[in-house]
Amino acid sequence: MADGLNVVTRPPSAWRELRRSAAVIFGGVLVAVMIGIAILAPFLGTKDPAAIDPANRNKVPGYEVVTRDDDGNRVRSIARFGTDSLGRDIYSRVVYGARISLMVGLSVALISVLIGLAIGLVAGYVRWLDGVVMRLMDGLMAIPAILLAIALVSLFRAGLFSVIVAIVVPEIPRVVRLVRSIVLSVREEPYVEAAITVGTPVPVLLWRHVLPNTLAPLIVQGTFICAAAILVEAILSFLGIGIPPEIPTWGNIMAEGRTLFRVFPHNILYPGLFLAVTVLAVNMLGDGLRDALDPKMQRRF
Amino acid sequence: MVDNERAVLDVHGLSVSLPRGADRAQAVADVSLTVGRGEIVCIVGESGSGKSVTAQAVMGLLPKGQLTLTQGEIELEGVSLTGKTAAEMRALRGARMSMIFQEPMTALNPVERVGDQIAEVLEIHTDLGAAERRERVKAIMDAVHLPDVGQLIDAFPHQLSGGQRQRIMIAAALVLDPVLLIADEPTTALDVTTQAQILKLISEMQERRGTGVMFITHDFGVVAEIAHRVVVMQHGRVIETGATDDILRRPRNDYTRMLVSSVPSLEPQPRAAVDGPVTLETRRLSKTYGGGSWFAAQRHVKAARDVDLTVKRGETVGIVGESGSGKSTVARCIARLVKPTAGQVLIDGADIATLSERRLRPHRKRVQIVFQDPYRSLNPRRTVGASVIEGPMNFGTAKADAIARAQDLMTLVGLSPDALMRYPHQFSGGQRQRIAIARALAMEPEILIADEAVSALDVSVQAQVLELIDDVRKRFALAVLFITHDLRVAAQICDRVLVMRLGEIVEAGPTADVFLRPQHAYTRDLLDAAPGRHVVFGADAGSAPLGDTQHVVASEETLR
Repeated sequence: MADGLNVVTRPPSAWRELRRSAAVIFGGVLVAVMIGIAILAPFLGTKDPAAIDPANRNKVPGYEVVTRDDDGNRVRSIARFGTDSLGRDIYSRVVYGARISLMVGLSVALISVLIGLAIGLVAGYVRWLDGVVMRLMDGLMAIPAILLAIALVSLFRAGLFSVIVAIVVPEIPRVVRLVRSIVLSVREEPYVEAAITVGTPVPVLLWRHVLPNTLAPLIVQGTFICAAAILVEAILSFLGIGIPPEIPTWGNIMAEGRTLFRVFPHNILYPGLFLAVTVLAVNMLGDGLRDALDPKMQRRF
Repeated sequence: MVDNERAVLDVHGLSVSLPRGADRAQAVADVSLTVGRGEIVCIVGESGSGKSVTAQAVMGLLPKGQLTLTQGEIELEGVSLTGKTAAEMRALRGARMSMIFQEPMTALNPVERVGDQIAEVLEIHTDLGAAERRERVKAIMDAVHLPDVGQLIDAFPHQLSGGQRQRIMIAAALVLDPVLLIADEPTTALDVTTQAQILKLISEMQERRGTGVMFITHDFGVVAEIAHRVVVMQHGRVIETGATDDILRRPRNDYTRMLVSSVPSLEPQPRAAVDGPVTLETRRLSKTYGGGSWFAAQRHVKAARDVDLTVKRGETVGIVGESGSGKSTVARCIARLVKPTAGQVLIDGADIATLSERRLRPHRKRVQIVFQDPYRSLNPRRTVGASVIEGPMNFGTAKADAIARAQDLMTLVGLSPDALMRYPHQFSGGQRQRIAIARALAMEPEILIADEAVSALDVSVQAQVLELIDDVRKRFALAVLFITHDLRVAAQICDRVLVMRLGEIVEAGPTADVFLRPQHAYTRDLLDAAPGRHVVFGADAGSAPLGDTQHVVASEETLR
């Protein structure tokens, strides 16, 4: 019975913590801006990102592009980020590329967290399944995302679906391990045992008393998975085993610009900047969330 | 009073402020006390009374930014400590004053040999060579009666028992012969027999070396055993100071009188033998933990072996024993939180020991359990009401009926019905234990298991919760299985007791027989080790006036 501080312990409101954290605000605003860009892509002064213009290949940023429309009138426009070796407008491609990146990031985070949560709850609670499930997870963890992507692309066809599956599969075991460890400690809590003695059925028990304890860590883990997925998608596209090259993704744009990047560095610079800023923002958001939701960890430094 | 010439520690007018938002402005207010050379002064108080903060202030260990010393003077051997810099305080700590803590496991570094941890004090404060240091360490380890010092000096903390670890802590604290030793609940985490040895050691060391000891505890038994003088604290203030005998037998202050009279007596209450049908019976109940993996050899821990017990309707049967005796394992087997390895658990004659979860479910409501830790036994995310009605609704009670019954139960356990709308963190430990009892009663059980249900509570609250358990036993004719390590509590509430040791029952019988005429040597050891066994608390004061007790009850149990 240690009586150190007799400060009234009121669970600190997570929401209040969040608003105070600079990392959450900064990361959150950046992520919101990126999502805004992705959704509003057609209205941000973009052209068709796939439109080829052989007359205006490899132009530097700021070049005034002159094209003729269907009626033969000259249309002037500024290639803000320059054009690539097929004359496509890099600004439009980068803005539309945000759609693919964020879609991959969010859906991978969501799917792997949901599947991992379900498996983790079962593995943590049903003791005899634990060994089998965890060895299976160890096996999954040994599969490299890139090799799996190559296998999937050769089995099915290159596309968003194959990419998402290829990234989700190796992420699931990480979520399962996290959830399982939380379940193992929470199931020893007296309030869980009290629920057992009043005859609460196992599914209800897991939903009501165990699952809420996993939410905060899962939100945090989800943001890190999201950032990692965005990076892996870019790598797969860059290697030419992800999304087909005609669809603009940051990885595809960089892959296309790779051959001439000593002469025209803008081909790689702009998608690279967007990729870096997005991943940084998501990671900062995750860090901030972890500090706010897990008061046990040191808040500053 | 000790004259100031001889006072090792002189604290006067000490005030420490709490951060804003706390339940009071000051952790301690205007505290004055002295510790003389070779004197043991006990600071007693319930949790939140400010006794640990006083100790931290003396050591200069107040958490920065949270607690600040605002007023007062602390003098060690006539030299003021309040103006000292951090470096000066560091030089004093360990050399002139030192501290031992409650948890010997967490206070020792788990990856450093214990001898090195004692030697560290010498390394910091003296310029002895390595060989000399080792000699000094061996000498002090000898002095605290550690066996086989030559080997133990190179052991790691996890290789030692709890008592041995606390001896190491004491050795490290005393190796430089400080004038002041602060002991913050040093025996609270220990078993009663180990506690007796450590208390003996502390008084022996203090006598031989003339150390002044400031001993912080909540246990009046310990006070009776060890203290020369007692300082009673409440809400951050010193309520009463006096010689041990005066405080324990003739307390002047109402609060002190209430505290002292709440200490359960070791003298068993006369109780009529209960004659009813047997509700709970175990036959050769055994639980073995462990078992090997595919590749490792089998390792077994026999937590309970061939336990036979019966509890009749309306009877309270206690299981007493030290930690690791298997008493909680028996409780968990009966509540079927774990599956027994062998034997039978008969509830009204039906064996539930090996039933599958589905077949077991109808029997679940017949056995309910109240746990030790009031802060963890309620789901912090759910309202009290949701926790209480969960059980009945699992068995098909309509929500409205369940809530109505929960409201009645709240009143029954002494809380207001609108407590159902609140969250557990809004209640004190005693109130949460009441809620846990209400949750158990909502199931209309036949058997109530109290697994150390009052062990984490302050002594005044403990008395009230014990009374409540006894009250509901009578009202609902419950069979109560009362698990405790505290012999005083067992003496108050149990009709019969079983003494367990290493998984086996060594003695069983009516409480009066076991306590007054113990047959087994281990039972006698346990009773001998109970601190303050010769003292009748508040003997000369008469019982506390009823009005005062009720006043304190009200302040503790008022909703925040």
